[in-house]
Amino acid sequence: MFQIIRTATILFSLLSFLTGIAYPIAVTVVAQLAFPWAANGSLIEPTNESTTASKHKNGRDWRGNSSESGLRVGSDVIGQPFSSPKYFWGRPSATAPVPCNGMAGSGSNQATTNPALVDAVRERVSKLQAEDPDNHALIPVDLVTASASGLDPHISEAAAIYQIARVARARQMEPSTVTKLVLTQLERPTWGILGQKRINVLRLNLALDANDRGTNEARK
Amino acid sequence: MTTSAWMEIGLYLVVLLALVKPLGWYMARVYSGQPCAIDRIIGPFERLIYRLCGIRPETEMNWPTYAITMLVFNCLGVVAVYVLQRAQVWLPLNPQHLPEVSPDLAFNTAISFATNTNWQAYSGESALSYLTQMLGLTVQNFLSAACGMAVLVALIRGITRRMSETIGNFWVDVTRSTLYILIPLSLLLAVVLASQGVVQTFSPAIEVTLLESTTDAEGKSVTTQTIPMGPAASQIAIKQLGTNGGGFFGVNSAHPLENTTPLSNFLQALSILLIAAALCYTFGDMVGDLRQGWALLASMLLIFIPLLALCIWAEQAGNPRLTELGVDQSANDFQSGGNMEGKEVRFGVPASSLWATATTAASNGSVNAMHDSFTPLGGLVPLVMMQLGEVVFGGVGSGLYGMLIFAILSVFIAGLMVGRTPEFLGKKIEAYEMKMASLVVLIPPILVLGGTAIAVSLDVGRAGVSNPGPHGFSQILYALSSAGNNNGSAFAGLSVNTPFYNCLLGAAMLISRYWLMVPVLAIAGSLAKKKYTPPSAGTLPTHTPLFIVLLAGMVMLVGALTFVPALALGPVIEHLQLTATR
Repeated sequence: MFQIIRTATILFSLLSFLTGIAYPIAVTVVAQLAFPWAANGSLIEPTNESTTASKHKNGRDWRGNSSESGLRVGSDVIGQPFSSPKYFWGRPSATAPVPCNGMAGSGSNQATTNPALVDAVRERVSKLQAEDPDNHALIPVDLVTASASGLDPHISEAAAIYQIARVARARQMEPSTVTKLVLTQLERPTWGILGQKRINVLRLNLALDANDRGTNEARK
Repeated sequence: MTTSAWMEIGLYLVVLLALVKPLGWYMARVYSGQPCAIDRIIGPFERLIYRLCGIRPETEMNWPTYAITMLVFNCLGVVAVYVLQRAQVWLPLNPQHLPEVSPDLAFNTAISFATNTNWQAYSGESALSYLTQMLGLTVQNFLSAACGMAVLVALIRGITRRMSETIGNFWVDVTRSTLYILIPLSLLLAVVLASQGVVQTFSPAIEVTLLESTTDAEGKSVTTQTIPMGPAASQIAIKQLGTNGGGFFGVNSAHPLENTTPLSNFLQALSILLIAAALCYTFGDMVGDLRQGWALLASMLLIFIPLLALCIWAEQAGNPRLTELGVDQSANDFQSGGNMEGKEVRFGVPASSLWATATTAASNGSVNAMHDSFTPLGGLVPLVMMQLGEVVFGGVGSGLYGMLIFAILSVFIAGLMVGRTPEFLGKKIEAYEMKMASLVVLIPPILVLGGTAIAVSLDVGRAGVSNPGPHGFSQILYALSSAGNNNGSAFAGLSVNTPFYNCLLGAAMLISRYWLMVPVLAIAGSLAKKKYTPPSAGTLPTHTPLFIVLLAGMVMLVGALTFVPALALGPVIEHLQLTATR
């Protein structure tokens, strides 16, 4: 019995070192060398002209360390909350205490039969309709139901199309221009098979803002 | 459902089945000690480990020694994970300065990861340091999977050996499972996942600005968002391959930093069933009759595919109560539609339903959508999959040894029908084997139903429920089904981080793992001692379509007889309520 405990302890320590220290470090080294952007949270590089030189340098730092001069605008794969009519809105988020809380991802866990779910969806429907009273289309389901993570960065193409009229009006843009921007952000299923067609909301809203800046500068 | 959805499911099954033979063949060589492609690299490490530990790989063990060795080894795992959680505040690699974990939660988590359940009553990003995740949880992800595979190999040896006292060397089986199978596959998968956007870094969480500021619950303005970081990809690879299922982040593989793209989702979902399916081929190879392995795999698919179809159909149908509010749940060119509450847009209904079915067929338990928000019938599928005893694929090793116990049960019942002594692969099945097999089949249902009865009759149990009506009962039934079959998924609305649930579910996980492993090893030891009985006219062949259907029927029948009343009180009533409002 003593022999078994002794062998077990040594083997456990050796395998712990291999799988708990050597293996994660090996993966980290390879990932950091080969895919530094993806392995560090897919942070969006600040690209616009207003960015200061120091901010830009900071943007290239693969560790993502931020100085006081400015933080990154977000992660390409983590959703952000939007409620202004001039931005496209993402999936409702069930995280607390703020929507899209990165440190506390969570779904609503409401059952299909839970009256609270029906109330929540009704409220989201009326909010969307209040901002866009002339739009009588049915509302795409992903726009009024909470995502699994509370951090879903995407909406369906239908959910983007539903919001084009509102965003165009709020920004005094031609709906066709907004539609064009939406389509540039459309991601298709991998190899035409895996996953769904989708639009990254943060990317789209950044593109809208960049477009605005472009038009303003042209006017000057 | 759209064409691309069918193609996604089809591609999944095709790739899975295409990998069964190469991986299964490779694992058979690993376990029978034959040369395989990478032993020139790994061999020296392996021999060094044996030398340092004083293990003589050629010395074999009888079944009681094998069982005791396995239990001692697992005990160390429980202690290590417990201590790491309680002491993490003083240990390095804790950039968020997280405090120590409470004793009941630490107990629950330690049991959970040592038993390959990976039930999680905490959220990784806000409860555990990087060191605890790596040195505690990642290690158990490997070793609990390796233990399951070791016990399976011991059972296979018991079936194939004649008049032998021994069933192999536990140290060797665990070491070879880890070094030759789990580490190489995990390395490969982890790097691919990192390329897709799954984080792999030791940096602390990163703060970013919000494009549009928001307000918190108290109305204060919030202008930044914190993005969690950590060595996630390495842990997620083994979490999927080892049918562990414990997420690096709280929302598991629904989290965009844990499962970023449709491709990462496909590979993770594939990894859930990969080793469990390939072990069927390994079994056929090791018993010298490949048809035996394919027959077991066919029985599993016979249960898996219809339940998968039911889950997709129910989820795609959506929630009738939302249709009344002017919500469009149809699948068309612009959206995949269906019941999207608790699902991610990049996956949609098909990939979420496939995952839910696979993760509960295997005793994986990771999720990419919130099962609690599934439709009643969509949520019934994962519930039933667990209640069948985690033998449809099941955990790596544990699923197949469970299925072999059902195969033994099937030949026994078939033998009763024709009045002959039953045989399985040339070994007579007698009273001792049947007693042990009965334990394996009966213990999980007793834990599930008994535990549910306790939880629903106590205030502390009912207090955790978050959804009204029959779904509240389903939440408790799901938690016990998950713990009592070492799955680890949840109807996550149930508040389980309480001393009551941490202890009840911890005990259920402990019993359902080891009180099954020990009888399985006892059967292995007993079969190994027997002499070979050549098949006669009265022997039921175990590779025919007849046996495939009999075996699948036996699994379904035992599950149905045990759980239909409980299911009627939960998901079935809920389904009737939901459709009645139409």
